[in-house]
Amino acid sequence: MKRSTLASTHTLAVLVENKAGVLARVAGLFARRGFNIESLAVAPTDDRFSRITIVVDAESAPIDQIVKQLDKLINVVGITELSPGSAALREMVLVRLALPDANRVAEVEALVAGFSASVLNVEGGQMMISLSSHPEDLDDLLAQLQPFGIEELQRTGAIAIPRID
Amino acid sequence: MNMDGGQALLKALEFEGVEVVFGYPGGAILPVYDSVIDAGLRHVLVRHEQGAGHMASGYAHATGKPGVVMVTSGPAATNIVTPLADAYLDSVPLVAITGQVPYGLIGTDAFQETDTTGITMSVTKHNYLVSDPNDIPQVVHEAFHIATHGRPGPVLIDLPKNITDAMNPDSAMTWKDPVAVDLPGFQPVLDGKPEDVAAAVELMLSATRPVIYAGGGILKSRAAEELRALAEKLNIPVVTTLMARGALPDSHELNLGMPGMHGNYTAIMAMQEADLLIALGSRFDDRVTGKLDSFAPDAKIVHVDIDPAELGKIRAADVAIRGDAKRVIAAMLDEIGSATAVDHGAWRSTLSGWQENYPLAYEDAEPGGKLKPQMVLERLRDLSPEDTIVASGVGQHQMWASQYWKFDHPYTWLNSGGLGTMGYSIPAAIGAKAGMPDRTVWAVDGDGCFQMTCQELITAAVERIPIKVALLNNSYLGMVRQWQEMFYDNRYSEVDLSGPVPDYIKLSEAMGCVAIRVEDPDEVEAAIERANAINDRPVVVEFVTESEENVYPMVPGGKSNSDVVVPPFQEKENAR
Repeated sequence: MKRSTLASTHTLAVLVENKAGVLARVAGLFARRGFNIESLAVAPTDDRFSRITIVVDAESAPIDQIVKQLDKLINVVGITELSPGSAALREMVLVRLALPDANRVAEVEALVAGFSASVLNVEGGQMMISLSSHPEDLDDLLAQLQPFGIEELQRTGAIAIPRID
Repeated sequence: MNMDGGQALLKALEFEGVEVVFGYPGGAILPVYDSVIDAGLRHVLVRHEQGAGHMASGYAHATGKPGVVMVTSGPAATNIVTPLADAYLDSVPLVAITGQVPYGLIGTDAFQETDTTGITMSVTKHNYLVSDPNDIPQVVHEAFHIATHGRPGPVLIDLPKNITDAMNPDSAMTWKDPVAVDLPGFQPVLDGKPEDVAAAVELMLSATRPVIYAGGGILKSRAAEELRALAEKLNIPVVTTLMARGALPDSHELNLGMPGMHGNYTAIMAMQEADLLIALGSRFDDRVTGKLDSFAPDAKIVHVDIDPAELGKIRAADVAIRGDAKRVIAAMLDEIGSATAVDHGAWRSTLSGWQENYPLAYEDAEPGGKLKPQMVLERLRDLSPEDTIVASGVGQHQMWASQYWKFDHPYTWLNSGGLGTMGYSIPAAIGAKAGMPDRTVWAVDGDGCFQMTCQELITAAVERIPIKVALLNNSYLGMVRQWQEMFYDNRYSEVDLSGPVPDYIKLSEAMGCVAIRVEDPDEVEAAIERANAINDRPVVVEFVTESEENVYPMVPGGKSNSDVVVPPFQEKENAR
């Protein structure tokens, strides 16, 4: 599936009570109301709360309706809608490249360095790369790595909190 | 105080003031039922768990108190999914208690295990799976709080057997009274913003063709008095939706009656031609709006709802007010003060012209013909106490009951509006009668609906809850037949219930009811009077009615409200 560009998405920072089944409630709500999730990242912030960053497809439903329906979940404590300009937005990716030609390692290392990404290791004709940055930087890096032969990749989905003014 | 989780559950229900529980025991809930014997509340043993859910709903709507249903795990839990969905769509406060397999067996496909919280997540306002019996008092307290605050709805509590079973050490707990709920994610807003209230009032004072579009939220917030005061103060006509029948007396001159797919012509057209719709606790349901993009094209919208997700969900509002209907209307009345609205004389005369030309009407039966269902309902209405509670099933009989009854009191009309659950009426009537034993309660049912839930008449007989059932038997699934006649070229597919079985008289008598069959128009009144005089057992009056009677007016599915179809004979009269 083609990733939506950031312009057609909304990013929601959702504070939830850290209780069993909360993720199922959120995911279930999106499914039954026909809202599309572009990415979703979740982890506890302390004993009581977890934070979920949801990037939603803005074309699947009015964002106002998505936020209001989400807010009806008892375990959802707060929702902040983050515009691209107002958010600190980060995502991480792990990429395994097939690189049978050892002569091209240096070429990839230079490319990776340009993104401030890291080469985690090079072994047996494969190279493992990681990058933590703005999701668009990840898009760019992956586009440039594509010709080298990406064997496997995993993105975390974006995480976001309001930017410091 | 030390006790087991089962005892704690009953104590918690008593703590919440519960007087009646509708339920059915079984394996995983067995330990809780051991405590039912000693509890200070009434348990009504139903004959199918679905019935328990609708009884709890009927009880809640009639009394204003939350209804409680208690069943076991697995198939019992899945049997209450329908009443939970029904209560969710109609915003009825319910608390459902389900047994669950012991905590350690969850996820192992144990006997009678279902993922009850997972299954019911989308049809409840909230649900709980309790793992520690010490949590029971607080969870029950929260469940009642959530069910009854904000927009009401059903809440489910799933109780694994190990925490309720006195024989299991996991069930040991120390009772502590619940504390005030602390739910940071559930903070209903009750008062509208003053500037929004002022903006709404400004529109209301200047509109020339205003209509108040009163929905079920008026009844939920117990705002019937305020609604009446607002309508009278500004002389604004009111439509009462299927969920709001009785919110303003039908005898009130400003009440135009029910709008929507089978509403009356004037109510439908009033909304359609309005320049301002004041939506109070209503949600622009598709059965009211008809084809949305041609609905009320000239109307500005004031929309008041306690659930902010309803504001702008279907139709954008010019003034959207999040708040409780009772408090927002009171604020509107304050804001209006001594101001007066512009003259609505022309509008009122348009409305009365429609009322004169297009009243609700049906053709009398031919001599020797079968009973007209509308006539039966008119006689039933006229011969029953004026505060009779009417519960209906779903289909043609539901629409005729809503059309032809005169609801002059709130909380006298129970039906399944949102989900359209066939079989709702008998259990809902039983629940209402259990809560309001001094009132006459009539279930208006069709023959299709009756066959879905009539076994609850056994419950009514055994538990001595003497409801009355008006069974309008047209030997068809009437509403489906009507659609097949009108939209499928008279091709009747699987709608014939002519039997010859069941014999409704024998069936009803076998379940402990007095049963009366009426075929002759001259016997209608005597049968109703006889039924109304019986108060020691349930009564079923089977009215054998005209088979192919249609409900009019009708806005065909997907059509604009402006395309409303009136009865053919009325069309002819007005064409002359």
